[in-house]
Amino acid sequence: MRDGLDGRNRLKWGRITTSVFFDPQGLKRAPNDHFAMTTQDKGDAVRMAKEIDAKQVRRIILQQSKRANVGHIGSCLCVVEILSVLYREVLRIGSPTDPDRDRFVLSKGHAALALYAVLALKGWIASDALGTFCGDDSHFGVHPEPFVPGIDFASGSLGHGLCLAVGAALGARLQKSMRRVFCLISDAECNEGSTWEAAMFAAQHRLNNLHVILDWNGQQALGRTGDVLDLSNLRERWRAFGWDVSEVDGHCEDALRQVLINPAAGDGRPRIVLAHTRFGKGVSYMEQGVPLTQTNLPVQPINWHYLPMSDLEYRIALEELENSR
Amino acid sequence: MRQAFIQALCGLAAADDRIVLLTGDLGYMVMEPFIERFRSRFFNVGVAEQNMIGVATGLAEAGLRPYAYSIATFASLRCLEFIRNGPVLHRLPVRVVGMGMGFEYGHAGPTHYAVEDVSVLRTFPGLTIVIPADSEQAAKAIQATADIEGPVYYSLGKDDRLSVTGLGGSFELGRLQIARNGDDLAILSMGSVASEAAAAAEMLSSRGVNATLGIVSSFNPDPVDDIAGLLSRFQFAITVESQTASGGLAALVGTVIASKGLPCRLRLLAIRNSHDGTSGSQQDRWRKHGLDRENIIDAALVSLGVSPR
Repeated sequence: MRDGLDGRNRLKWGRITTSVFFDPQGLKRAPNDHFAMTTQDKGDAVRMAKEIDAKQVRRIILQQSKRANVGHIGSCLCVVEILSVLYREVLRIGSPTDPDRDRFVLSKGHAALALYAVLALKGWIASDALGTFCGDDSHFGVHPEPFVPGIDFASGSLGHGLCLAVGAALGARLQKSMRRVFCLISDAECNEGSTWEAAMFAAQHRLNNLHVILDWNGQQALGRTGDVLDLSNLRERWRAFGWDVSEVDGHCEDALRQVLINPAAGDGRPRIVLAHTRFGKGVSYMEQGVPLTQTNLPVQPINWHYLPMSDLEYRIALEELENSR
Repeated sequence: MRQAFIQALCGLAAADDRIVLLTGDLGYMVMEPFIERFRSRFFNVGVAEQNMIGVATGLAEAGLRPYAYSIATFASLRCLEFIRNGPVLHRLPVRVVGMGMGFEYGHAGPTHYAVEDVSVLRTFPGLTIVIPADSEQAAKAIQATADIEGPVYYSLGKDDRLSVTGLGGSFELGRLQIARNGDDLAILSMGSVASEAAAAAEMLSSRGVNATLGIVSSFNPDPVDDIAGLLSRFQFAITVESQTASGGLAALVGTVIASKGLPCRLRLLAIRNSHDGTSGSQQDRWRKHGLDRENIIDAALVSLGVSPR
């Protein structure tokens, strides 16, 4: 029954040994790919600092999604500062296998590449393992898998993560542990009834060891949230469900740090931070849907929920990133 | 099996403080002994089965042993994907407890008929299924499966009085239990309708037809070798279950016969028809779907080429 995996079936360190960034199993690459990983790129990866830096996280997201030729780029780029602050300054995780570590649930599982990038910079995912992203037989798919050190829960089916986080928070309470549970949900997950089931339970049981960050990018798979199911009064809704609600610029690390290191509400309310973010943050044509003249580029941010970058788009994205502060 | 369940669970919880009981706002006259003794480990999550399974998954990841209880259809089907992506995907020791197997909720109507829970959940590799035939076996099974590292689904019956003669409360995970021996044909059954199969076997013997009665009470692992060994001795077999034919006991036995190349003719008594807009007592539903003792006897006699009655 255990398929030969031991303990909690967690992967052992360094078990994945495929080479850096180049998929040995031959991931498809365009023949005229001028923007393939250079030796310098590979060197950069190897020199990855343990310090998590938002620019470096974005660089990895762009590099890996280009190499693997996959989408969900906009959804990854908008949570970079949130994940960076969490893993650099908030989460208390001595080791990803410590049973009493803080837990993190990436409920919007389609942003897993952003999490992989942060965990790689943290040194918990080997850079060669990260290079298997979306390869065959890889532990690093578009959505996070269980059994990878640093990934507490698998996700990908929206509306599941908050329920898991509530259970994790209740577990900490029952075990009289001071550990906390952080959960990143998307605004569109507020379409899911199960999110509100979990919200009611957490408030009822005063789970103030639970900290939720809502990535309020206003974008969901087939349109703007306002055009699908209106979420304009999210703060009132969460307040009405008994939560301690605050709002923050989801790209301002100082603001995120300030709100996330705050102690929990003294009255026991669970906490949600509504983080205003920009879909595709850092890449102008993803943020704004501005067409570029050189090619038939898509004109809606929504496309960046799905599409991989062309060579030209990749070059522009990297240039914008390198020229940013 | 309700009392058997709660008494067994209280016994386990007394020795293991990792055990937590969750309910989706159901279990009146069931939960009370647990609540009295272990109040801090009992949570009514409200009418919210998805969250119940999600919470159970989070608790299990923390090292606790949650039992999540509801009426079987709600505990299994409403939150099916939460079971799949939670304890099954993460291989965590969540125990989902579905109460009211088959047609036990008779007059409550089709929303309460658990006739697909086992046949659907059986398709999840890594999810152990336990479906006892009577209270005595339920008590044994709950104890015997308490330490399984992965997830378990228990399909339990409400009735604490039903008893399968000859079973004697025996249970072994992944094994077939033999409740009666006979040389003419094999009857295989599971769940509370096994008592009907036992009654049919008894009545057949008075007509000179001797049936072996095998009880299947767990899947994943399936009792493949035991079924193959038994059916290699018989030309005729009948399966009796209050589950849909595709996926349940009939599907298992049919697969064993075919894959082992056994010269055994299978007649399957199971749910085949979609709901017809009526409800009734459990006995009435068994009759309607051909699972009552008279129909089992007829199936046996037809199999053997004896004219029925």
